[in-house]
Amino acid sequence: MLQEPELTPEVIEEKRVYQEMGLTDEEFSTIKEILGRLPNFTEIGIFSVMWSEHCSYKTSKPLLKKFPTKAPHVLQGPGEGAGVVDIGDGQAVVFKIESHNHPSAVEPYQGAATGVGGIIRDVFSMGARPIATLNSLRFGNLTNGRVKYLFDEVVHGIAGYGNCVGVPTVGGEIQFDDSYEGNPLVNAMCVGLIDQKDMQKGIASGIGNTVLYVGSKTGRDGIHGATFASEDLTEDSESKRSSVQVGDPFMEKLLIEACLEVIHSDALVGMQDMGAAGLTSSASEMASKAGTGMELNLDFIPQREENMTAYEMMLSESQERMLLVVKQGREQEIQDVFAKYDLEAVAVGTVTDDKQFRLLHHGKVVTDVPVDALAEDAPVYYKPSKVPSYFEEYQAMDDYLPQVTDHQAVLKQLLQQPTIASKEYVYDQYDSMVQANTVLAPGSSAAVVRVRGYDKALAMTTDCNSRYLYLDPETGGKIAVAEAARNIVCSGAKPLALTDGLNFGNPDKPEIFWQMEKSVDGMSEASLALNTPVISGNVSLYNQSNEQAIFPTPIVGMVGLHQSLKDITPSFFQSNGDLIYIIGETKAEFGGSELQNILEKRYFGKAPAIDLTIEAKRQNALLQAIQADLVESAQDLAEGGLAVALAESLFSEKQLGCEIAVEGDLTTALFSETQSRFLVTVKQANQSAFEAAVEDAKCIGEVTDSKELVIRHDNQVAIKESVADLCDLWKGAIPCLLKSKA
Amino acid sequence: MKFAVIVFPGSNCDRDMYHAVTDALGEEADLVWYQGAKLENYDAILLPGGFSYGDYLRSGAIASTSDIVAQLKEHVRKGKSVLGVCNGFQILLESGLLPGAMMRNKDLKFICHHEDLRVVNHHSMFTTAYEQDEIISIPVAHGEGNYYCDEETLAKLKANNQIVFTYENNPNGSVEDIAGIINEAGNVLGMMPHPERAAESILGSADGLKLFQSIVENWRKAYVTGA
Amino acid sequence: MKKALVYITLKEGVLDPQGKTVQHSLDTLGYAGVKEVRVGKYLELLIEDEGAVEAQVEEMCEKLLANPVIENYTYTIEEVVTL
Repeated sequence: MLQEPELTPEVIEEKRVYQEMGLTDEEFSTIKEILGRLPNFTEIGIFSVMWSEHCSYKTSKPLLKKFPTKAPHVLQGPGEGAGVVDIGDGQAVVFKIESHNHPSAVEPYQGAATGVGGIIRDVFSMGARPIATLNSLRFGNLTNGRVKYLFDEVVHGIAGYGNCVGVPTVGGEIQFDDSYEGNPLVNAMCVGLIDQKDMQKGIASGIGNTVLYVGSKTGRDGIHGATFASEDLTEDSESKRSSVQVGDPFMEKLLIEACLEVIHSDALVGMQDMGAAGLTSSASEMASKAGTGMELNLDFIPQREENMTAYEMMLSESQERMLLVVKQGREQEIQDVFAKYDLEAVAVGTVTDDKQFRLLHHGKVVTDVPVDALAEDAPVYYKPSKVPSYFEEYQAMDDYLPQVTDHQAVLKQLLQQPTIASKEYVYDQYDSMVQANTVLAPGSSAAVVRVRGYDKALAMTTDCNSRYLYLDPETGGKIAVAEAARNIVCSGAKPLALTDGLNFGNPDKPEIFWQMEKSVDGMSEASLALNTPVISGNVSLYNQSNEQAIFPTPIVGMVGLHQSLKDITPSFFQSNGDLIYIIGETKAEFGGSELQNILEKRYFGKAPAIDLTIEAKRQNALLQAIQADLVESAQDLAEGGLAVALAESLFSEKQLGCEIAVEGDLTTALFSETQSRFLVTVKQANQSAFEAAVEDAKCIGEVTDSKELVIRHDNQVAIKESVADLCDLWKGAIPCLLKSKA
Repeated sequence: MKFAVIVFPGSNCDRDMYHAVTDALGEEADLVWYQGAKLENYDAILLPGGFSYGDYLRSGAIASTSDIVAQLKEHVRKGKSVLGVCNGFQILLESGLLPGAMMRNKDLKFICHHEDLRVVNHHSMFTTAYEQDEIISIPVAHGEGNYYCDEETLAKLKANNQIVFTYENNPNGSVEDIAGIINEAGNVLGMMPHPERAAESILGSADGLKLFQSIVENWRKAYVTGA
Repeated sequence: MKKALVYITLKEGVLDPQGKTVQHSLDTLGYAGVKEVRVGKYLELLIEDEGAVEAQVEEMCEKLLANPVIENYTYTIEEVVTL
């Protein structure tokens, strides 16, 4: 095969070839300064991926610093493959969320599949066994043909990969809004379990130690994926299909088992997966973290295609590859473990003491750059920020008060909104039970996975209502964290920490950067107030298509701990006669609500207010009541307000009904999205104990065996509906939309 | 009684099977890697679910060509019991230990939820702890669980009482709602639903436990003197 | 070197849900004339020619590549000309 001769350093400078790779003139000058010479083609490629937003966080770093990241229970904060939190008994939970938005927009099946594969590798590269994944997805309107295709293929991709690797997909959420039409969001979170003594780090320490390459061979796929993820999606993104990698979940499964066997060997020094920017980022980061250098001989890299150049090998994003550093002279022990799984671990380099990242190819040095320049010294930008005019306009508006005459019809409409409707169509395609530890599966407010052999369990959830963030990013950021914690508490667990998947538009636009700033401020404040530090995360910028930015979508992935299995609390009503309580007062707050979406087809006004002191106090009170065995079921009030929460509490196999009475304005009582509220049921025998424990709880009715949802207002029946009929609407909405012609 | 759980590359329900036997049932079990294993010292062999060899080519096809299947056939010939669940069932079909073949689900989608099964033959060594026609709740999790066989084979299955479990609400298009079948000798059971995922009530159902209890009980009757 | 082109199809009479779905989609796109679609597999094997290639391929199909319970196979073998 004939190859174009590589461009010379002079031509790269003269023709500004680096700009095509995403580097600015200024950045190019800095690189020249660092090297004291002109970079060659391979080197400039390496700098371009390492200094992309995806790898360097050059734009978001000043914001990420604001996050609280420390607490006594945090064993590893941001910076490694995933964060680690102590859960007692010498064990820890490891978790992280990551986006795969741009690949999924172009090739949804593989984009989503490789997103799942990548986040699972982040977790087992820490030495943890992956025990669960969750997915947070955002799409445009399901009436659009292209959106249906993206939705179906993303779900297939997650199922195709996740089911095969044997990690249960236990939860997540999906929202639909026009802003995601050309730019869907696919964020995958993985949770792992580890004995603290087995914790690994991605470090290349010990001069002379050997660098091993394991997993799939390197091909030309995904070259410039990291820079691709740092650009706007445009019409010609479709033609960039070659940028998308193909996943091999079978290889991943072998890697999981082999790597988790290898961690027990003291011959292993460090381990990291080759994610974005592949070999380049894993190798240089491992050396940089250890304060060492690394020399790789590219002739030894297992290659899938012929005549690959150094540039192609270093920038390839072929999936299912791991880089290990092992003690010199003990390579064979490690290689033997991999051989059992039919995997070849190939020695490709050594750890050096000169802090240089040096690459040899065909007997020549093709790259020789300081490792810290790649991993640590990437430029940091303080972007200008500006309050968008829409925000000022919304803040100046009078409170939005929707006019509803037929509340029963509106409830039915709400239950069929894709964001609220049952996602059974989706999660039925996921293996949610493999590993046989899933106690509460998808469909609950938080998923619960027990820790085998101990009287404890882990609760996990992802949350983010981006409509509130669009109206008011600071308040919306607080709500995203608070809502995640609410879901964890409702399941009976204490929130431990969070991972953030920050998805925003183009940060070069001051209004977008303002959204980022304010979102992070809000999230930070809530993380502090609720004692859930940020232990890992991911930033995805330039999420816009044809000039329209997505709503600011900083997804919160949170994990909590059940002190005992007996604390695990369902979100569904349990028994006839149980008393129904609402915790927290309800105000007329409809900005960004699902009702506003239905009535106005857009969002405006103020987001619901949130008081973090009240939030923390109520969460604590509810958790204590649950731990004292006073609570039968618990759910937070979210999109669609009380009426939707009541209906959803009845959509179970229990065949129950309920009868409640509400006061004040009926529309507000039923559909307002006031924050910090919970819907709880309590055995009659526990009434006084519960009321003493949770001071702002108000009894509004009781669970019945009538199989009807009955809501009274001013001594009149406002809503009376068969639960089965409502459930059919709720369950049928998404399959029905998918079947309808675009 | 000692169980072997065979682990193929890509098996992913091996540990679940192991824990169902050791924790929930309280019997002895080993996880046995498919290469270099000796099966003669085991009383029962369990082929777990998962995606052996990534389900590439056809589910279970590549695993069915491995050396351990020859040992498995010897084990079956001796009359010892074999249970294949999900991918394990597919391997049993591909290796010819059970008749028929598995096709993609009728809706072409992977499905994962609890299904009601009917115990249509409670006389097999895997089902004596159940009542005849008992309805049990066991999870399914598969993309290719649509059991197919020709009419002649089906007639034989019926005549020999080889159909053990059927679905109450057929989720995948299986012939005659078949969820699980045994061989003619009655010592090999293949089933798509996962009894090992229904061995503890905290996971939603403990209906699968009786299947394992049946295996143990019948083994004791046959092999333990005085039992 | 020889190249074997192996075609695997579902047997007559075995329901092909994937084929049905494809046919339905074609119908929706206006190709009403398509009466049946059967989805199969196509494999290319590059084989060192030490004689008896055809017998080998036959055996491979029987042993692994096709499942005789539900699938039929056909193959052609061509000479690979190396320059």
